[in-house]
Amino acid sequence: MPIVLIVAEQQPDGNLRKASLNAISAGKALADKAGAELHLVLLAKDPAKLAEELKGTGAKAVHTAAAPEFEHYLAETYAPAIAALAQELKADYVGMASTAQGKDLMPRVAARLKAAMATDVMAINGSGADVTFTRPMWAGNVFAEVKLTTPVKVFTVRATEFPAAATGQGAAEVKTFAAKVEASKTKFVDFKEVKSARPELTEARVVVSGGRGTKGDFKEIEALADELGAAVGASRAVCDAGWVPNDLQVGQTGKVVAPQLYIAAGISGAIQHLAGMKSSKTIVAINKDPEAPIFQVADYGLVEDLFKVLPALRQAIHGLK
Amino acid sequence: MKILVTAKRVEDPESKIKVKPDGSGIVQEGLKYKINPFDEIGVEEGLRLAAKHGGEVVVVSIGTKDVQEQLRHALAMGATRAVWVNHAGALDQLGIAALLQKVVEKEKPDLVVLGKQSIDDDQNQVGQYLAEFLGWGQATFASKVESLESEAEKNKVPAVALTADGKAVRVVREVDNGLATLEVQLPAVVTTDLRLNQPRYASLPGIMKAKSKPIEELTPEKLGVDVTPRIQVLKMSAPPARKAGIKVPDVATLVEKLHNEAKVV
Repeated sequence: MPIVLIVAEQQPDGNLRKASLNAISAGKALADKAGAELHLVLLAKDPAKLAEELKGTGAKAVHTAAAPEFEHYLAETYAPAIAALAQELKADYVGMASTAQGKDLMPRVAARLKAAMATDVMAINGSGADVTFTRPMWAGNVFAEVKLTTPVKVFTVRATEFPAAATGQGAAEVKTFAAKVEASKTKFVDFKEVKSARPELTEARVVVSGGRGTKGDFKEIEALADELGAAVGASRAVCDAGWVPNDLQVGQTGKVVAPQLYIAAGISGAIQHLAGMKSSKTIVAINKDPEAPIFQVADYGLVEDLFKVLPALRQAIHGLK
Repeated sequence: MKILVTAKRVEDPESKIKVKPDGSGIVQEGLKYKINPFDEIGVEEGLRLAAKHGGEVVVVSIGTKDVQEQLRHALAMGATRAVWVNHAGALDQLGIAALLQKVVEKEKPDLVVLGKQSIDDDQNQVGQYLAEFLGWGQATFASKVESLESEAEKNKVPAVALTADGKAVRVVREVDNGLATLEVQLPAVVTTDLRLNQPRYASLPGIMKAKSKPIEELTPEKLGVDVTPRIQVLKMSAPPARKAGIKVPDVATLVEKLHNEAKVV
């Protein structure tokens, strides 16, 4: 039986990165279409706890390897271990979420497997040996249906396009494997986390984003976000200016988000920003410039100064409760 | 220090990309072409490193004669010379990385700096494939800690830092929830994120000088690489259009719509 192997990701804080669950449901969809079995793999210093969590996601088996070197992720140590497992299992597909780690790691895995790779898969089509992937090109202005013709096929999954797999159902077999850790030419130095009490941008139900129009003053953006229990996002311009940390950047080259509600304040709507948020269910645009391109994708547009609108909007929403 | 940088020819990111009615590709008419913006950032970082530590920047591009335009652009920015891999037709990331591997083996640079992705394919793969093919370390998504409007940026200080012994580079990377720092032994592959630097404009003397800088021509055959694509693009389509929205006159109407119509607050 063909095998789909999905790589699960541990965050620096030890928890499972939630996008892994979306990748697992994409893996399930692929396994169904390709008539394959779903297997998962997790590398960690101590994978036991997350393996328990992954066990209940409906996969056939969870493969784990423990090594002190896996504490800090490095493509150079992770790629050989994953590629070796894929070869041992004779996996046909190897996939992962399109997180920073997924994008860094999977091409390196693909190179070891002499595999072609599709990045940011949004849909899985066809069946059996004729499975194809739909993925974005030109900043999401084009959707391409692609077929990988190498024996092993590698891919990353755009998490917002697949539901999160439920945990606590079924009991996969947890198997440990001995990963050979190769000497690395790369050394982990440090990781500086940008801490926030707000929800993670790609997982939030509501996102409030600010652009140039804020002139760097995010107080009203943050206040509205807190009223809504929302994540804060930003356009590339404000990240470049150093007004907010860059990991708040929404766009084709930043985070791709698809919340229930996206509020864009003082954002003009460059193509690359639109690519990162136009799958949102409801989009609100607030901008002084009636010609701003953001209005073309907005369900509700308000041509007004954001510093006037945001406090009033916050109070009105508060009043609904 | 010898630094190899890339200059892929791509559609101008500001241009409107339209899919052909038969889904076989995009409409080429009226499009302008540019150096891939991420590659341009790589050229800039290479030039800053070479200016600080001495050495030269060699630029490579793959494609038809048209890519000479992008090579000249990098030469005008300050690269010393160019390598052109003459090839017409489709290429996938496996093929591109295999060609670059041969160019690297020929040029023997200390560092290869590429854009993290090209803005046409948006695959984000070539740097990583290349590092694995070469058996080198990689630092993808290189970024910087301070603002792009900072003094350091205005003074064109490289964000990729050579270690004191000159045998490794220290790279700050943009990752989920923060910034990760790696130290990679040379030779190494670095891929650039948008906030690594602001590329310079080519000066008029730079543009004049670029005209006489050498471009070496190679081919996949000369390099001994089979570039038959292993990714088939079966069909392209435009993304589903969003339904036309409305303008609301005031906050009260907006909240009413969000509450009763969209039911999101």
